[in-house]
Amino acid sequence: MSDKKTIRVTVNGTAHEAQVEPRTLLADFLRQELHFGGVHVGCEHGVCGVCTILMDGKAVRSCLTLAVQADGHEIVTIEGIANDAELHPIQQAFIEEHGLQCGFCTPGFVIAIYELLRDNKEPTEEQIMDVIGGEICRCTGYEGIRKAVRSAIKKLQAASA
Amino acid sequence: MKPAPFDYVIPATLEEAIGYLANDDVEAHVLAGGQSLVPAMNMRMSRPELLVDLAKVDDLDFIRDESGSLQLGAMTTKRDVEMSPVVAHAQPLLHAANMWVAHPQIRNRSTVGGSIAHADPAAEYPAVALLLGAEFEAQGPNGKRTIPVDDFFVTYFTTALEEGEVLTKVMLPAMAAGTGWSFQEIARRHGDFAMAGVGVTLQLDSAGHCQNTRVVPFALGPTPVRATAVEEAINGETPSADLFEHACQKMADGIEDPTSDVHASVEYRRHLSSVLGARALEEAVDRARAAN
Repeated sequence: MSDKKTIRVTVNGTAHEAQVEPRTLLADFLRQELHFGGVHVGCEHGVCGVCTILMDGKAVRSCLTLAVQADGHEIVTIEGIANDAELHPIQQAFIEEHGLQCGFCTPGFVIAIYELLRDNKEPTEEQIMDVIGGEICRCTGYEGIRKAVRSAIKKLQAASA
Repeated sequence: MKPAPFDYVIPATLEEAIGYLANDDVEAHVLAGGQSLVPAMNMRMSRPELLVDLAKVDDLDFIRDESGSLQLGAMTTKRDVEMSPVVAHAQPLLHAANMWVAHPQIRNRSTVGGSIAHADPAAEYPAVALLLGAEFEAQGPNGKRTIPVDDFFVTYFTTALEEGEVLTKVMLPAMAAGTGWSFQEIARRHGDFAMAGVGVTLQLDSAGHCQNTRVVPFALGPTPVRATAVEEAINGETPSADLFEHACQKMADGIEDPTSDVHASVEYRRHLSSVLGARALEEAVDRARAAN
């Protein structure tokens, strides 16, 4: 029982093949096997959102996804969001608007907001709250994060204009 | 907070999946979206020996409107339900209830069939299914069968699905023309499990009296239930705040085996259910009037 399985995943554009136990969570696989340290691990039951990554473009909890379930899929972690040396406009907005203090939760927020703003250039306040309510921050009180989202919307609109 | 060891298969056909699940020698569990099962496994509350992942089984992921009846494949995600114009048109109540489920990050993986088969008493989908009079299609070693919702939810996390059976399809009949509806719940934070919730559908006859009222409180006991005493008290009556408040107070007092936990006491749950019930009935009447 629980023999290792071979999986093939693309992470931030690079293909990987690995042997994993079925019980290995995708979060732990990305962090410990592939050394993507930006994938943080918090509550490990889907509530805190810090482990959020993109799987086939969708923001999902990597603590509620088994590494074996990622076989054949495309993953993007926070390390894959920025463009070479330049931060992504969402990351830049977090810095400028004090969207983080300790920074532990930030990768999950950025990924979740990335998905939101990719699909929806002008989200309503309700849509923004639905997404950021699914990520737990215990430093900022969320006001800075809401400002960062609004600022990121403007930055992205300016970039695509 | 890591799952106990288990084996994992990802069959390509339903028959193959049923073969694994029907094997008495191994404690096997279906893996759909994993948004309830994996946390339970991480906390070691669930320790299956084998997970049977349905991700590669064909024809379990669809949303179809068949003459008003909404057919949802068991592996359809809640994000797909949310974004579906078919759902918004054919079953706005489901669309509204779906928005109470967690957050996009969870709805991206969480499945329709998973929520029904998991039968969490605080979950929205079982309540919607009961409210609308759903039917479920399941397939097992002895073939296919259709299970009406009234026979499906047994108790906490327990359904009429038998060993080796896989829930494949959820069928929600169309609401009759002129039906008003409402779906209300209260959670500590949006997206958390409901401390109490109430769904309502009703119609108004030509004299403006309520008829065919269905009231489904949930998160209050082992399964969602029909509050038949409230339904009977309201049918044939002219809608009024007094009528609704009185009937829902009686409903709240009469809830059997109510849940009490760290999130909310019995008393508070009763209070919420009576307030939400009256609120839901008022909103359903408003919608019924607008539809007539």
